[in-house]
Amino acid sequence: MDHFPTNWGRPRNDAVDVYGTYPIHSRPNNQPKDAFADGVQRTQQPIVTGTSVLAIKYKDGIMMAADNLASYGSLARFKDVQRLHPVGQYTVIGAGGDMSDFQYIQRILEELSIDEMSAQDGHELGPVEIHEYMSQVMYARRSKINPLWNSLIIGGFKDGKRFLSYVDLLGTTYSASTLATGYGSYIALPLLRKAVEGYEDVLTEEQARKILQESMRVLFYRDARSLNKYQIATITAAGVWVSDSLRLETSWNFAEDIRGYGAQTQ
Amino acid sequence: MPDTTSLNHPAQRAFNPYTENGGTILAIAGADFSVIAGDTRQSEGYSIQTRYAPKVFQLTDRAVLAVNGFAADGNMFVKKVKQRLEWYRHAHSKDMPLRAIARLIQTMLYARRFFPYYVYNILGGIEEDGTGAVYSFDPVGSYEREACRAAGAAQSLVQPFLDNQIYFKNQRPAPNTSHPAHLPLQTVLSIVIDSFTGATERHIEVGDGLEMYVVLAKGRGLHGLEGVRGVQELTATDDGQRVFVVRRELKKD
Repeated sequence: MDHFPTNWGRPRNDAVDVYGTYPIHSRPNNQPKDAFADGVQRTQQPIVTGTSVLAIKYKDGIMMAADNLASYGSLARFKDVQRLHPVGQYTVIGAGGDMSDFQYIQRILEELSIDEMSAQDGHELGPVEIHEYMSQVMYARRSKINPLWNSLIIGGFKDGKRFLSYVDLLGTTYSASTLATGYGSYIALPLLRKAVEGYEDVLTEEQARKILQESMRVLFYRDARSLNKYQIATITAAGVWVSDSLRLETSWNFAEDIRGYGAQTQ
Repeated sequence: MPDTTSLNHPAQRAFNPYTENGGTILAIAGADFSVIAGDTRQSEGYSIQTRYAPKVFQLTDRAVLAVNGFAADGNMFVKKVKQRLEWYRHAHSKDMPLRAIARLIQTMLYARRFFPYYVYNILGGIEEDGTGAVYSFDPVGSYEREACRAAGAAQSLVQPFLDNQIYFKNQRPAPNTSHPAHLPLQTVLSIVIDSFTGATERHIEVGDGLEMYVVLAKGRGLHGLEGVRGVQELTATDDGQRVFVVRRELKKD
């Protein structure tokens, strides 16, 4: 409710000042005013982008993978970007999409963590809370038509429970035992589902790692915006762990046997 | 002459704040019960996002809400309806009656007339007079009470089937008989299951799992529910109405 009568519009009859607003003071300017408002641009498209993030449930917790590339269109611009980001002691957040928006997300989560830590109330942010928080932020931003252009996968382990969930720039959320963003949802997810669904409680860390490594390799062969340098994160009862950068071994020997296309053999 | 308007405004793809997440919901009212059901698949385009994302939510012991369309809007809308019902409970020490929930939903939807929640709602439950009721809404709040309604991706497949099986459209009763005004619970459950297996067969966005909520009027026995595989009771208060959920698998291809 606007409590300034002069903002309500003029009385119907100028002769009668029903609102008792005389003498007319200047209208208070109580809306937020930005001198650069005309120049403010909202994210209409992602600029520097990360590609797929993969995540699976396994026996001891959650394992996630993402490569180290941030692309500028089709240019492989930054080759040492960490897209798996630990938040607190129980959670890792992995991001595809616009990397500057992701860095902004890292910052607001850092601020949130500090606020929560300062409260000293014996409560700690777990993956459930961080996912709920991020889904509200993402939905609020899309509702202002000013989205954070990301697909996020949030994995965690707290109080003996695994957690794996997704949220994107529209505020859409869902959970499953295997998740993937971007190209990974077309290429890697079918492989992950085949390898993981029904085996969530028996897969060992070594098996889980092999599944993700193999999926990352397939993605590197097929996704033109991917890199053969990637990281793996695990979240277990022992806590959060993000690996150093790993290198994918690939072989291109088959290439020299290719002669032309399709049926052409010469 | 060059088109100057296109020069002044560079071509831009505007951000689209909506998407469609597939799935189908349906509700049928009986004389003293109501069945509200939905599949559990969530998809976008040709991709299945998850095989289990509920679309049907218990609001009170006599009201169940099914939400279909844009999933993010749906979840936010359900969250806000539940919050308003909690405030009502704190203010009046009782659950809001079904027809009042229906009007509340219409007001909440219309409040967003110029940036709508992109969701189709179906509210089912027991009216204060003990009758089973179904209310269906469009995204901006137009609503009516009906005996049955299907909505979502496979609405065009399911609704004609319900028209035929519930309203007996295009059926002539046998000589010297008439169509029943209300169907028994057992029959309704079979029709719901058949609707969803049929929709799963013919629509790519429907499948994976089925959740059927059953709301029974005060003092009504279980007739029709006993012996149903995997029934789970969800009743929270001792007001008399009882709520159950029945879960079934649907084809996953």
